[in-house]
Amino acid sequence: MTTPDDRRYTESHEWIKLDGELLTLGLTQVAVDELTDITYVEMKTAGETVGPGDSIGEVESVKAASDVYSPLGGKIFEVNAQLADDPSLLNTDPYGEGWLIKIKVADSSGFDDLLDASAYQSLQG
Amino acid sequence: MTATETTLHKTPMHEWHVAAGAKMVDFAGWSMPLLYDSIIEEHKNVRTNVGMFDVSHMGRFRFEGADAGALLDRCCSRRVDNTPIGAARYGIVCNEQGGALDDVLIYRIADEEFFAVVNASNREKLFDHFNAVGANDRCTIKDETFDTAMVALQGPKAMELISNFSSQVPALKRFRFTMVDVFGAQVMVSRTGYTGEDGVEAILPASLATSAAELLSAMPGADMIKPAGLGARDTLRLESAMPLYGHELGEEIPAFAVGMPFAFTLGDDERKPFIGDVALREQKANGTPRKLVGLNIEGRRAARQGMTVTSNGAEVGVITSGCLSPTLDRSIAMAYIDAALCEEGTPFEVETGRATLNATAQALPFYKSS
Repeated sequence: MTTPDDRRYTESHEWIKLDGELLTLGLTQVAVDELTDITYVEMKTAGETVGPGDSIGEVESVKAASDVYSPLGGKIFEVNAQLADDPSLLNTDPYGEGWLIKIKVADSSGFDDLLDASAYQSLQG
Repeated sequence: MTATETTLHKTPMHEWHVAAGAKMVDFAGWSMPLLYDSIIEEHKNVRTNVGMFDVSHMGRFRFEGADAGALLDRCCSRRVDNTPIGAARYGIVCNEQGGALDDVLIYRIADEEFFAVVNASNREKLFDHFNAVGANDRCTIKDETFDTAMVALQGPKAMELISNFSSQVPALKRFRFTMVDVFGAQVMVSRTGYTGEDGVEAILPASLATSAAELLSAMPGADMIKPAGLGARDTLRLESAMPLYGHELGEEIPAFAVGMPFAFTLGDDERKPFIGDVALREQKANGTPRKLVGLNIEGRRAARQGMTVTSNGAEVGVITSGCLSPTLDRSIAMAYIDAALCEEGTPFEVETGRATLNATAQALPFYKSS
């Protein structure tokens, strides 16, 4: 499986892209493979503020339920409304159409401490 | 590969699963396919076409001798010593307290020859149990799990497909079986399954499993067969309200509470005493404190095993299994609920630890094939 190198990763299997102060976050292929078919996504709503490391919502699959965390804090700008109708987008395109949330970050200085693609991939063994 | 993976049992079809891209998981000490691509798509294919399941992890025992029928009858909630040759019966192997050691399918092959299929997680326990109850010179018990494979073909088009190469199998009634010659070997084919669809389960020599799978995929109409993993097997059996040991059945759960009266032969005067009979008759006569109930849950979140069911704030039950039903596209669950509250339509709440879900009791099963 390929891990896109245009973004950063967490050990808890989120990916994070930063465009100026706007962060986009989703789940990695490893995460969706582990969860199996995603059946339900519930993110916090736009306008809410989250701190670094906070849960920003949860996803459920046929097999399990799991919290999703953002390593950076800020104000939620947008959630992916398409996932309410079609949560399977997370399975079919986790790095693209299956993105979860966009956050206007308060402080992006932690971004560079996150794993890059090769560091994340090497953690998967 | 980690050390634990190397010690897992592999079914004769293991390489076939890996080649088909399955996600393999540890299930009861076996490396088994959880899914090949999508649990939901595999589930739907079983409801519309034909799914093929490797269920070789299930335990398979052969009982031979003059006392084979008596031994099995002593161990089973359902009378089995009068099973006709060529028929299979579903029953529950109980302890003296009327709890389940396992649920089993018992086939009668000949007057003095029976066969049992048991859950993988209980294979060793049941083998010891059957031996402790009465293996002797007049009944030998052989564990054939590792010499054989077991494959299920399930779905509304399964029998039509099988009719392409057998006239004998489609003529079987439900819960009947026959021996079929495949490549010169004897294969036991029964019209049984664990999905709520029509179909068959076949027990064949381990060495034949992969070639049989390849033969199947080369037949006319084979494009409608897709492999299905344990993930789909679980959601299919849940829609059809078939119990699963460790969820709806267990040593501490009164077996009669599961609500399948056909699985208990309690009023037959000709039947000899059997293990758990006193406790089961008491469960039937006085009712059990809780009963298995279907729950229809609002929204798209699933209830999971162990979650608490409440009514007006008071704990009244516990979830045994739950999922977002792929066929019905809504959240369904089974739960043991206080017997006084089991009426259809009764409202409950399910506490997930993340949210409180509204639920109403509904009759089982959730799904019945047409």
